[in-house]
Amino acid sequence: MPLYHDDDQTMLADSAAQFMAEQGSIEKQLRHWRDRDCPDGFGHALWEQFAEMGFTGILVSEEDGGMAMGHVEAGIVLEEIGRNLTPSPFLTSSVLAATALKSGSDDLRGRYLPGLIEGKSVFAVAVDEGSKHRPERIAMRAEKSGNGFKLSGQKDFVIQGASADMLVVAARTSGSDDDADGITLFAVPKDAANMSHDAVRLVDSSVATHTKFDGVELDGDAVIGEVDGGRDILNAMLTAGRIGSAAEGVGVARGAMDITVEYLKQRKQFGKLIGEFQALQHRASHLYSEVEIARAAVFKAQQLFDGDSEKADLMASVAKAKVAKTAGLAVREGVQMHGGVGMTDEYDIGLYMKRDRALGEFLGDAYYHAGRVAEMSGY
Amino acid sequence: MSDLEQFRSETREWLEANCPAEMRKPVRDESDIYWGGRRATFKNDAQKAWFDACLAKGYTVPAWPKEYGGAGLAPAEAKVLRQEMSRINARPPLSSFGIWMLGPALLHFGTEEQKKHFLGEIARGEIRWCQGYSEPGSGSDLVSLQTFGEDKGDHWVVNGQKVWTSYADQADWIFCLVRTDKENKYQGITFMLFDMESEGCATKPIKLISGSSPFCETFMDDVKVPKSYGEGIPAYVGEINRGWDVAKYLLGHEREMISGADGGNTGTIGAAMKRHAGELDPVLRAELAMFDVDALAYGAMGEKFLDEVKVGKAHPAQPNMMKYAGTELNKRRHELMMSAGGSRSLEWESEETNGGKPSRNWLRTKANSIEGGTSEVMLNVISKRILDLPGS
Repeated sequence: MPLYHDDDQTMLADSAAQFMAEQGSIEKQLRHWRDRDCPDGFGHALWEQFAEMGFTGILVSEEDGGMAMGHVEAGIVLEEIGRNLTPSPFLTSSVLAATALKSGSDDLRGRYLPGLIEGKSVFAVAVDEGSKHRPERIAMRAEKSGNGFKLSGQKDFVIQGASADMLVVAARTSGSDDDADGITLFAVPKDAANMSHDAVRLVDSSVATHTKFDGVELDGDAVIGEVDGGRDILNAMLTAGRIGSAAEGVGVARGAMDITVEYLKQRKQFGKLIGEFQALQHRASHLYSEVEIARAAVFKAQQLFDGDSEKADLMASVAKAKVAKTAGLAVREGVQMHGGVGMTDEYDIGLYMKRDRALGEFLGDAYYHAGRVAEMSGY
Repeated sequence: MSDLEQFRSETREWLEANCPAEMRKPVRDESDIYWGGRRATFKNDAQKAWFDACLAKGYTVPAWPKEYGGAGLAPAEAKVLRQEMSRINARPPLSSFGIWMLGPALLHFGTEEQKKHFLGEIARGEIRWCQGYSEPGSGSDLVSLQTFGEDKGDHWVVNGQKVWTSYADQADWIFCLVRTDKENKYQGITFMLFDMESEGCATKPIKLISGSSPFCETFMDDVKVPKSYGEGIPAYVGEINRGWDVAKYLLGHEREMISGADGGNTGTIGAAMKRHAGELDPVLRAELAMFDVDALAYGAMGEKFLDEVKVGKAHPAQPNMMKYAGTELNKRRHELMMSAGGSRSLEWESEETNGGKPSRNWLRTKANSIEGGTSEVMLNVISKRILDLPGS
């Protein structure tokens, strides 16, 4: 398959770009909710508009009422989200949780997917334990209890954990902390007893929780897939999420680059537009190259994953690492080239810097994923 | 089966039957590359057999039209052929600047008779060409070139000096940028074609830091260049005084070629360094990993770029980006390979290193970001043509 958008994808990209620029703009969404100290960190009305656009169920099968599209299409939406810094539950709900739910029973899919597709429900993903993404190690226990399970432990960096109607939780049903096997995924409803959220606002104005499970009792039908067979589902969900967050990161990088290049064409010093200075031109051009390459890596990862290629996992880590490095460069160069105003809250470039920091950390930073690339390459 | 799948399976069979095992081994040195030309000899029977088989099929220049010696393959078919050749590590049957550079210029700007005459010679490997662009005083600022062709009616008398002419000492003909109007900087250059055996034309190899001499200085002292080589075969490409258009077009091609040189091979190094796994410093391992991320990402970019070029979706200045990123990446690759190889990689002449390959190759890569337009010039072009930044 060629690495450019086909006609349908181009149409989707156009409509997503227009929609996000109009409805998901920094002014209307990020700044609006941030300045009101919104506990969710996003607007529910916008989430319903996502549904009207057909975005919420983009990865959900037709039988389940979704659009049955792939990660190339989800990535198109995510790139626009990134460009506009649009706060939304799209990545966690429509990409991560929706991917996990593909392995869920008829009952689970029937319970959760309609709400997602209508833009009424929000899902969160509880994988990390501790401050770094290390899903190889899962300590949280789910003990057999009657017909069901009892979950005990803590999850961290649960984006929108307190706003979510359901959390996809990775817990250990057998084996020891570092075992690959023995993992089970659970769909935990928001009203589950003995689950408590410590919600904290992050640097990018999103809200994440430290979520405690003090013997959270669940029926057996909360299990996504098979008991002890959750690792593959977890991996698929993480790959989807990494590719998706990389796509959003490309949007962040492009957004930051675009406003910076515009600024270079407006700001005058020493009687010249600062964009005339070769020192800045070369840095901007280097950034452009990196952004193009990062974008290609993401596209390749999306295609491989949509095609069920065994190379998708490697390319997902390549994309995530490359985007993290590139978006980081974009926002740092952006703030520096803006000069003093880059440090002000009034200008948007700083918001890109904050978002990049949080997004880069989510589901593994550049160092984690470069390490995975080394391991998968056998050194 | 689709036509393309059909083509793939036929190609696979044909390669199986016609590409000798010897020609599926990696190129070890210069003599493994067949350049063609008047003085060319085949290294062995396998090289000749492979060349002859490809020639008969039009596969020395597969994408060129049949009437000019090619196989007339559509872009998608040419890609399949490339993939299938790379799958079995088949060497190119013929390498030449005629194929890579003059050919594309003639296909775009040449007269019908010129194409028939020159392209055929190139496809058959009869004439080896070299490129006369840079001059001692005109590197990045190529358009300032001074080599002058004085108009003598039916011919020019050319005087001047070219530098960095690749393999000029082994080439038969040169495509050469010559100033034919001193008053007009951009519209005063003619893209001339002439025989290197012409009287007054001399070459002198330049010894590089890598120890090899792939480049020459070329001196032109009253070289007589006729304006025509026969009916409809002018001795220049495009129009007189409009050679800069041809040169610009070709520079784009050269940048694509240099940037695409590693396009088929994403060029990761970590896996190749596995044999050093125990000795790898953790910080070096980390750098290798970061490099591999960049290399694999660049591999995807190469694929995307070629896909886009085929359907005209690529930005016309995008080859500059590819050239910049690709050459910088290749330099970094060799720096890391030298570090991972340790003291062994310092050996300048030993059997174990095949005559100092690691260090010589490492040094050679330093030219990547200079030849065909420096990285700095690439960044200038990106600034101006893609980012639309104001001129200084």
